[in-house]
Amino acid sequence: MTESTEKMTGARALIECLYREGVDTIFGYPGGVLLPIYDELYDADIRHILVRHEQAAAHAAEGYARATGKTGVCIATSGPGATNLVTGIANAYMDSIPMVVFTGQVPSSLLGNDAFQEANITGITMPITKHNYLVQDANELPKVIKEAFHIASTGRPGPVLVDLPKDITVQEIDFYYPDKVDLRGYKPTYQGNLQQVKRAASAIKESKNPVIYAGGGVISSDASKELRELAEKIKAPVTTTLTGMGGFPVEHELFLGMPGMHGAKYANYAIQESDLLIAVGARFDDRVTGKLKAFASNAKIIHIDIDPAEISKNVKVDIPIVGDAKWILQKLLKYAEPAQSEKWLDRIAHWKKVHPLHYVEPATGDGIKPQYIIEQITEACKDAIIVTEVGQHQMWAAQYFKFSEPRTFITSGGLGTMGYGFPASIGAKIARPDKVVFDIAGDGSFQMNSQELATAVQENVPVIVAVFNNGYLGMVRQWQELFHNRRYSATCIQNSVDFVKLAEAYGALGLRATKRDEVRPVIEEAIASGRPTVIDFVVEEEENVSPMVPAGAAINEILDLERKE
Amino acid sequence: MRHTLAVLVENKYGVLSRVAGMFSRRGYNIDSLTVGVTDDPTISRMTIVVMGDDEVLEQVMKQLNKLIDVIRVTDLKSEESVERELALIKVNSDVTNRSEIMQIADIFRARIIDVASKSMIIEVTGDDGKITAIEQLLRPFGIKEMVRTGKVALRRGQKSS
Repeated sequence: MTESTEKMTGARALIECLYREGVDTIFGYPGGVLLPIYDELYDADIRHILVRHEQAAAHAAEGYARATGKTGVCIATSGPGATNLVTGIANAYMDSIPMVVFTGQVPSSLLGNDAFQEANITGITMPITKHNYLVQDANELPKVIKEAFHIASTGRPGPVLVDLPKDITVQEIDFYYPDKVDLRGYKPTYQGNLQQVKRAASAIKESKNPVIYAGGGVISSDASKELRELAEKIKAPVTTTLTGMGGFPVEHELFLGMPGMHGAKYANYAIQESDLLIAVGARFDDRVTGKLKAFASNAKIIHIDIDPAEISKNVKVDIPIVGDAKWILQKLLKYAEPAQSEKWLDRIAHWKKVHPLHYVEPATGDGIKPQYIIEQITEACKDAIIVTEVGQHQMWAAQYFKFSEPRTFITSGGLGTMGYGFPASIGAKIARPDKVVFDIAGDGSFQMNSQELATAVQENVPVIVAVFNNGYLGMVRQWQELFHNRRYSATCIQNSVDFVKLAEAYGALGLRATKRDEVRPVIEEAIASGRPTVIDFVVEEEENVSPMVPAGAAINEILDLERKE
Repeated sequence: MRHTLAVLVENKYGVLSRVAGMFSRRGYNIDSLTVGVTDDPTISRMTIVVMGDDEVLEQVMKQLNKLIDVIRVTDLKSEESVERELALIKVNSDVTNRSEIMQIADIFRARIIDVASKSMIIEVTGDDGKITAIEQLLRPFGIKEMVRTGKVALRRGQKSS
C-alpha cells in the first residue's frame, strides 16, 4: 500500500487512480449518475473526448489502445449509456484489446429495483469481458481499479468493466492505492516451457516446407522484430492474419500476405502444402482455416500462445508452447536452426509470380477501382495508420496496403463490427497525432457512426475518412451475387446521403472523386488540409473482393472473381 | 463420458453466474453442480459433473481456468475419489406398507426422517447407482416428491484440491 491516507470521495479517488495508471485520455458521454465523476473531470489533467454515441467511446478507446499498446479507457452512464457500449466491449474482447470500461450505475439502494436507467451491465457483459466488477464498497474502489488495469493489460489482453453505483462516487474514503495486485486465480504464464521450445527447434530443423502463421498476438506482445529475425534465420515464409497485419513487413521477400477466405492464393497454397505450421499469437479463426478437416492436413503444428485455452481449441496441436510470444520467439531464436526450405522458397516464389493479387483496370480509364485507391494511399503516405470499417474495403485494405510496421493497421477482426472504423480512427489519431490516419470505409459502414464527425470537428482530430461509395452493402452484395443468384435483397443503399455535404454540415472538409485521375489529388488535398475530412470515392458498384474461398470450403479451393473489362 | 470436476472459486457475488455462463455460452452441458463454502470462508468449492469426451473435458477445464475468480480446477477421476449424492424421497405410505418401505430403506442404509399419516420422507446418501436403485424400488408405492443434491466429491488421500 502507498502511504497516502488522504480523504476523498469515490469520484475523486477514481481520478487519482487514473493518474496512477498513466491515463491521459478517456472517451465518454456523461449522464445523471456520472455527475460526481464528471464534476471531478472538469478540473482533471485528463483529456475527455465527448463522443456522440457511447458505442463510439468504446471503439475510440480501442483505436487508442491499438495504436499505442496502452490500455484504452471509456466511460458511459448507467442503463442505455452502458448498453450502448456493449458492441464496443465485445469487439475489444474478440480482438484481445486492453480496455478499461467505467459505467455509472444507479445508487446501491436502488439496485435490482428496475430503477430509472438501471441495467445489469455486469450481468450483460460477463460473456464479453475478461472480467468485470460491480463496486459495492467505496473503500474497495482503488483496489478494484488497480486490478482492472492489471487484468486488462496482462496475459491475453481484454476489456474489463467497472460498474460504479452513484453512492460509491460520493462516499468519502481513505485513499490507498495498492502497489501490487495479487489475484490467486490469475497468474498468466509468460515464460514458455523450454523443453517445448527445444522440441519446436528440432521440428523446424527437420522441416522442408515450413510456414509461420502470425496473428494479433505478435502485435500485442510487441514481438514483430523477433518474428522477422526468426523468419530470416529459419528461412520460413510468413503469413499474417487480418489482426496480425503490420506484424511483418509486407514488402519483405518472405511475406506471404494474408491467409484464409480473402487471403492471397500463395498464402493458402503454402499453408495447405506445409509440413510445419508455426502459429504465433493466432487462434485458427474459421475465416483463416476454412474447412477445418482439410486445413494444413499434412503439417505438424507448433502453437505459441499466451492463452492455454487457445491450444487445440480449433485444430489439434503437436507442439504447444504457452507463454508470451516475444519471450518464446527470443528463446526459439537461440535454439532454432534453418529449415531445409530452399526448394520450398523457390516454389513459393513461383506461386507468387503466377498467382499475384491483382485486379483489372476499367477499360475506359475513367472508373475508379477500390484497390487503386488503396495503392494510391500507400504511395501518398506509406507510414499512415490505416483503420477500417468492415466489409469489402476492409479486405482490400488488408490485401493492398504496404504495411511496414506494427500498430498501423487497426480493424475489427473477430467481431466484424460495421461502424467501428471511424471512431477507432479518432482514438488512433488522438494517440498518434504525428501520424496521418485514414479510415478506409464503406458507404454502409460509415453511416453507422458518421455522427462522430461532430466529435472529430469539436476535438479537432484530423482523420481522413475514405468512403468507398459503391451504393451497396458491398460484401453482402458480393455473397448475394455469388450464392443467391444476384438477388440483392436489402443491400442497395444508393442515393442515401451526399457525403460531401454531410461532412460540410458538421464543419469538416468534404471532397469527392468520381474519376481515376481525381483519386491522388483528393488524397493529397485531404492530407494537406489538416482537418477532419471525408472523401467520397465513387467506385465501381459491383467490384468483388478476390480471391475468395467460399465459407466451409478448404482454403485452397479458391474462386477468382476479377471482373473482366 | 461423464467427468467430475472440483472447482475452487472465490466466495464472491456473481461467481456462480460466471461459471454457469461459461458452460452455456460454449455449449457444454452441466449434468450437476453443487456449491458450498470450504474450510476457508473466502473460497467456495463447486463440484461440477459434465458430459463429453476428453477434448471437451480439456476445453472445459481451460475455459474455467480463464475465469479470474476460479482458483483451481481438478479432474476427479472416479477411481481416485469418493463421490456422494444426497436424495430426499417423499413416498406414499400408510399403515399397510410402512414397514415394507422401512425395510427397503434399511437395506440401502437410508433413513426415515419424517412420517405422516399418508407419506414418509426417506434420506439416502450414495453414488448415482444406489440412489437410482432405491428410487426404482420405491416408485411402485408412489413417489410424491423427490430432490437430489447433485454430486459432491473429494479425492482420496492427501489434500490436493
